[in-house]
Amino acid sequence: MSQTVTKKLMLFFPKCECEKPIIYHLVKDHNLIVNIYRAKVTPEEEGYLVLDVTGTEQDIQRAMDFVRTFNVTINTTGKGVTWDEHRCTHCGQCLPRCPTKALHFADQATRQVVFDEAECIECLACIRVCPFNACASAF
Amino acid sequence: MKTYEQINDRIESGKAVVLTADEIMDYVDKKGVAAAAQEVDVVTTATFGPMCSSGCFLNFGHSKPKIRMSEAWVEDVLVYAGIAAVDVYLGATQLRHGDPANMYYPGEFRYGGGHVIEDLVAGKTLQLFALSYGTDEYPRREIRTYFTIHDLNQAIMVNPRNCYQNYNVAVNDSDRTIYTYLGILEPGRKNATYCSAGQLSPLLNDPYYETIGVGTRVWLAGAQGHVYAEGTQHAGDCERTGNGVPMEGAGTLALTADMKQMRPEFVRGVSLRGYGVSLALGVGVPIPILNEEVLQRTCVRDRDILAPVVDYSVDYPQKTGRVIRYANYEELRSGEIEIEGKKVAVGSLSSYCKALEIANRLADEIRRGEFLVSRPIAPLPRHAKMKPLVIREK
Repeated sequence: MSQTVTKKLMLFFPKCECEKPIIYHLVKDHNLIVNIYRAKVTPEEEGYLVLDVTGTEQDIQRAMDFVRTFNVTINTTGKGVTWDEHRCTHCGQCLPRCPTKALHFADQATRQVVFDEAECIECLACIRVCPFNACASAF
Repeated sequence: MKTYEQINDRIESGKAVVLTADEIMDYVDKKGVAAAAQEVDVVTTATFGPMCSSGCFLNFGHSKPKIRMSEAWVEDVLVYAGIAAVDVYLGATQLRHGDPANMYYPGEFRYGGGHVIEDLVAGKTLQLFALSYGTDEYPRREIRTYFTIHDLNQAIMVNPRNCYQNYNVAVNDSDRTIYTYLGILEPGRKNATYCSAGQLSPLLNDPYYETIGVGTRVWLAGAQGHVYAEGTQHAGDCERTGNGVPMEGAGTLALTADMKQMRPEFVRGVSLRGYGVSLALGVGVPIPILNEEVLQRTCVRDRDILAPVVDYSVDYPQKTGRVIRYANYEELRSGEIEIEGKKVAVGSLSSYCKALEIANRLADEIRRGEFLVSRPIAPLPRHAKMKPLVIREK
């Protein structure tokens, strides 16, 4: 069996494609393991889905070709949660709220806050507590 | 023993030895107090955090024809115009016109006075709208125009209460989330917030106000300003630990400086969900090392500074005076404290990172001979107590 990889994807659904069980097919037909962080897929509205998919490169590629047939936009570089290092004052108010420690101090001496995007599960807790508006959501 | 004049001579000749309050302890441990007091001229202290009692006086100059401005708004934020024509005071906690505040609890408070001050210092173009009743010499009754800080005659920050000497650590003993000026506090003491630079903080390094007084030159967001009075609620008569460090809020400073000289990264609007808006400011204060005692007091460490842990759901609003326990800043900075056998996650509203940056910037300015220390023209009161507001009949 060839090696599996995990990719983070943001899918944008146009108004008309929201009722199709696309994720079901990713699992059933393309052998992908999916981990959904955030979803808003409402009939009659545009929607989005932020998820990790794990599978072989070939399976992921085939699955993406399948998704595109529904007129869904796939963004592999977009970030659902962003942290603006210039707006951040490094107070540390977000640190106890970040369950995965994606937001953490680079070191205890300088106590500079850094954001490790790969660890972020988009729980949005930081957005609620940041007094400086440094954290934002794409949706 | 050194005098202010001797220290300034050394600063002006570029020979001053300057350390930050973060570096001085290890230096003194290595050299000994006597030798270090001879050698070191200045220790720099700093803090960066929300300071609600902040604001600024603006002078717009006169339009043609003139207006007296009896009511005015900058970016739809109400400013106080009950002073001379075209002077206004813009306060940090003023909400924007139409902000629903806590009508849809908890309110978001995205923009207000503190954000206007941030935008002003950042050089952004802002809207002025003002009304007047019209007088013979000021006939205009309405004005709407746009300006930047460079168009103003003066933009002088005047902050009645900054640099709290020490501060509460807030927790929530109730069973619902509460929204406070110390951030969002989850029920059942799930988290705690503190707000102090601890061992770097100005008044914790000069606990008896021996060098910091009225007239002391300070670094206020990059500008050279000064202490113009004791801060409001200044109460030096408080419980102190053996080293003289207050175990509660205690002293405060009233600060002023020219906003046109400030740097935007140290003047930042604050949105506190469910509470309101504020302004976070960076302040640096140099401590001239006049003698061994002054030096010794700058060697205070986080572990020697105690802050009271207070419940903000009942005890703080109802003014019961109960302190759950005292926690030192070393514990607080570890990110977790233990309260009555339970581990509580700790966050901060004060930025040690920025405070450190300010202490280093100020130290560099002093080394380059650009920032002199000043002898206070009057001391801060040592024995003032904070009085309550009594509700009574006339």
